[in-house]
Amino acid sequence: MLQGTLDLLILRTLIFGSQHGQGIARAIQETSEKELLVEHGALYPALQRLEERGWISAKWGVSSNNRKARFYSLTTAGRKQLVKETNKWKRLTGAIARILGPEGAS
Amino acid sequence: MFGRKRKFDDFTSEIEAHIQLEIERLREQGLSEDDARATARRSFGNVMHVEERLYETGRWLWWDHFWHDIRYALRMLRKSPGFTAIAVLTMALGIGATTAIFSVVDATLLHPLPYPQPDQLVSVEDDLPGVGAQDVGMSEPEWQDLQRSGIFEYVSPTWFDENNLTGSSQPARVRLLIVAPNYFALLGVKPQLGRSFNPEDHSPGLTLEVLISDGLWKRAFGADPHILDRSIRLDTDLYRIVGVMPPGFDAPGRTTEERNIEAWMATSFYGPPMSDHPPRSGRNLPTAVARLKPGLTIAAAQSRLDALVAALQKEFPEDYPKQSAWSVRLLPLKERVVGNIRQSLILLLAAVGLVLLIGCVNVANLLLARASARGREMAVRQALGAARKRLISQLLTESVLLSLLGGMAGLAILFCTKGFLLRLLPDSLPRLNEISINLPVLLFALVASVVTGAIFGLIPALQADRLDLTHMLKQEGRGSTGSGEQARTRRVLVVIEFALSLMLMVAAGLLLRSFRDLVNVRLGFNPQNVMAVRTRLPYPNDPKTDAYATPAQEAPFFRELLRRSEALPKVEEAALGDTASIPLDESLRDLKLISEGKFLFTVEGSDMQSDEPAVVERSSVTPEYFHLLKIPLLRGRLFDESDNDKAPQVAVINEAFARTYWPDQNPIGKRFRKARADSAWITVVGLIANARTESLAEAGVPKIYLDLYQTGGKRLTIFLRGNLDAAAIPAEVREQVQSVDPTLPVSGAQTLNETVSASLSERRFSMERVALFALTALFLAGLGIYGVISYIVSERTHEIGIRIALGAERRSILRMVLRQGLGLALAGAAVGLVCALIVSHLMAGLLYGVKPTDPLTFGGVALLLIGVAVLACYIPARRAVRVDPLVALRHE
Repeated sequence: MLQGTLDLLILRTLIFGSQHGQGIARAIQETSEKELLVEHGALYPALQRLEERGWISAKWGVSSNNRKARFYSLTTAGRKQLVKETNKWKRLTGAIARILGPEGAS
Repeated sequence: MFGRKRKFDDFTSEIEAHIQLEIERLREQGLSEDDARATARRSFGNVMHVEERLYETGRWLWWDHFWHDIRYALRMLRKSPGFTAIAVLTMALGIGATTAIFSVVDATLLHPLPYPQPDQLVSVEDDLPGVGAQDVGMSEPEWQDLQRSGIFEYVSPTWFDENNLTGSSQPARVRLLIVAPNYFALLGVKPQLGRSFNPEDHSPGLTLEVLISDGLWKRAFGADPHILDRSIRLDTDLYRIVGVMPPGFDAPGRTTEERNIEAWMATSFYGPPMSDHPPRSGRNLPTAVARLKPGLTIAAAQSRLDALVAALQKEFPEDYPKQSAWSVRLLPLKERVVGNIRQSLILLLAAVGLVLLIGCVNVANLLLARASARGREMAVRQALGAARKRLISQLLTESVLLSLLGGMAGLAILFCTKGFLLRLLPDSLPRLNEISINLPVLLFALVASVVTGAIFGLIPALQADRLDLTHMLKQEGRGSTGSGEQARTRRVLVVIEFALSLMLMVAAGLLLRSFRDLVNVRLGFNPQNVMAVRTRLPYPNDPKTDAYATPAQEAPFFRELLRRSEALPKVEEAALGDTASIPLDESLRDLKLISEGKFLFTVEGSDMQSDEPAVVERSSVTPEYFHLLKIPLLRGRLFDESDNDKAPQVAVINEAFARTYWPDQNPIGKRFRKARADSAWITVVGLIANARTESLAEAGVPKIYLDLYQTGGKRLTIFLRGNLDAAAIPAEVREQVQSVDPTLPVSGAQTLNETVSASLSERRFSMERVALFALTALFLAGLGIYGVISYIVSERTHEIGIRIALGAERRSILRMVLRQGLGLALAGAAVGLVCALIVSHLMAGLLYGVKPTDPLTFGGVALLLIGVAVLACYIPARRAVRVDPLVALRHE
């Protein structure tokens, strides 16, 4: 995966509300229709990093099936970062698409 | 805890929760318990790896290590209180002493003067290098030239003087500075009460206004808040008090007297009582200060000034003869205040720095001894996988912690003994009241602690880094290693320590010998049983009101004063002289300058072309002066009754003067005169032996004496010889003086022995300090070698036991141990002697009478050091001899 992609995916997933690590991993996997296979462990250093930067905050809570889990949610700064990163990503993929476009069409 | 990172457990339970959630989800999808667990683990990846990564991403790893190191270090230090106490005490002494000296250096040399924009303040000094005269003062026209030059914001001549304050209960001597009206605007200082002079005032004569110091205000006027506009009588004239200067305001002077001004008067330096048109060549304004135009550096100002001087020399060739090579020098004002003591202070700082370094070496040595005792601990930790970097940082933490503890203890000692230490400083030290333990000083102590800690910690730490694991671990049961390398390092450290101590002791020895030579110098006069008491005749602005206007008017006073002084109890002899006649009084140097002291003259019959005025020391005395001070007459006669104001002027000269101007001739009957065409010739009537009245260090300073009855004099010194009661004399003399003229103050009673000793006070201070530091160094070096030899002996207890069991003579064991210590001491002494040669040449300027290579000092110091080494080794050597072979062998 591209550098920073995982961060973007995490932030994007959290836009629907707070979620624990396993939930985030599941969500990414399911919405990407299993195209993106994230090793679940790799998620945690990324979560740690985002938390340190103040883009997400974390709190221990209880999951839907009554298990203790650490829930992550977006902060205001995180929301702004998500918008910024999404735009950046769209520009990037747009640019790549334009380069690949004609050749892909022929 | 704010900002504290998550606990490690928190990660673990989060990951655990993740896996549980995943298992449950998989089970809902119908997997068996075991399959779900396996799949969940697989999709998670390496749990351990993730945990470690999470742990390491935190900065708290570093923090954890640091805390761990500190806790561990504290534990280690607590475990060996003896070692800790010695190390902390050594560092406390070293850092405390260094910080103390630094606080003096900081206040005097490093701090700017306490005026706004102090960098723009300069001292203006006129030199006549052609006739070998420095700082000769300037004339009023030259001052005006400088004012108009555009180089300076303000220029103010300053004229240090004393005055008689009368009107209060007791006539008092007041230290006075006569300045230009712009003086306080120049310095940028405002009075605490009232106003200062109007800087734009150019009216002739003296402004009849006076500013007084906080001290005088409190002492003479009881800090009266309504003091302003009151009039006081100074030298019989009335002056209005217009302001009181703030407490702690010190004038930027060279001497203590000049820094403790009590009253300031303003004048434009022309018009009565001065000349209406002062001549350009009359250098009667002794000193001057100036403030440069903003943005002008001293160097730039100096080059513009040089151009101005060249132009003036062209314009007034009569006033500036080529031979005298007149030049004007700008000096940072701070230099004028502290320039004299810079070298001494730097020497002190270097000396105390050496002590600190020796202390460091000592503690490094102690640490090394401990390191070898802890060798197994280090080896075990390394074998268990401790990174070398971690081991080094652990050891460094320990040593820096030690020196920080030492630094704190040192500062604590400093704080507690502050008052006592300040009293040890000589009064003549400038900016004494600015010395404080402030932020820069504290920072200095902190940096000194950390740096020294790093220095003495690094040596054992690097040693520990090179441990041979297998070897160490194999040394089953023994606490120590006896590693060859470590022993070698420790020996090298002792050698360094001895070398440093020797350097310091040579410096101290040379200063001590200089001092002793100065104290024992043949003075050429006898200060024993002589007291000098000062009084002063007033100098009213209007000569018509002056009761002492001419020598003829003064003579009756002189005679009556002498008669009454001789009649005082226990007084055997009495004489009068001016200020310059007090031998070796440094504190009055500037007073001596203004009307007496330096004397520009020409000798009769010398070639007109080279008829350049020369400068000589002079003073006016009554005839009894020479006998009272036991300065022998060699030829001709002393002054007598016939030498009065009507008779032609006569002089008594010393051998040095005769030898300089009339070599191999009989000087009696020769004539010289003041370097002014209209002044009368002065005939030499007597030749006296040289006496060190001007400088202890110089044997033959040319000097002339004139007859006080012929020259007159305002600043008078009464000399008394006899078995005097020093405590009673001031009051007795005051009574006699005031029964002749009740308005005269009496001040400055001192025995000549005190004067001579005071002239050595700065030398004494630096000599004593350096000697103290050298003794400390010697003690530390002794301690160092004692430690190493003790260690070697305890290492070899077993071996010595075997030797004794095999029949070795105890005497030979003793010799063996002593030889080891002596070898180290000799090596250290050899290295130290070479370094000391360099140091002694650097301090040649502080020496008197001894050469920087003085073999006696070098040899004596080396011997002393080796003696101490032998003594320090003897104690462990004795222990070696007493080794009981049975015990030593059972030790195995």
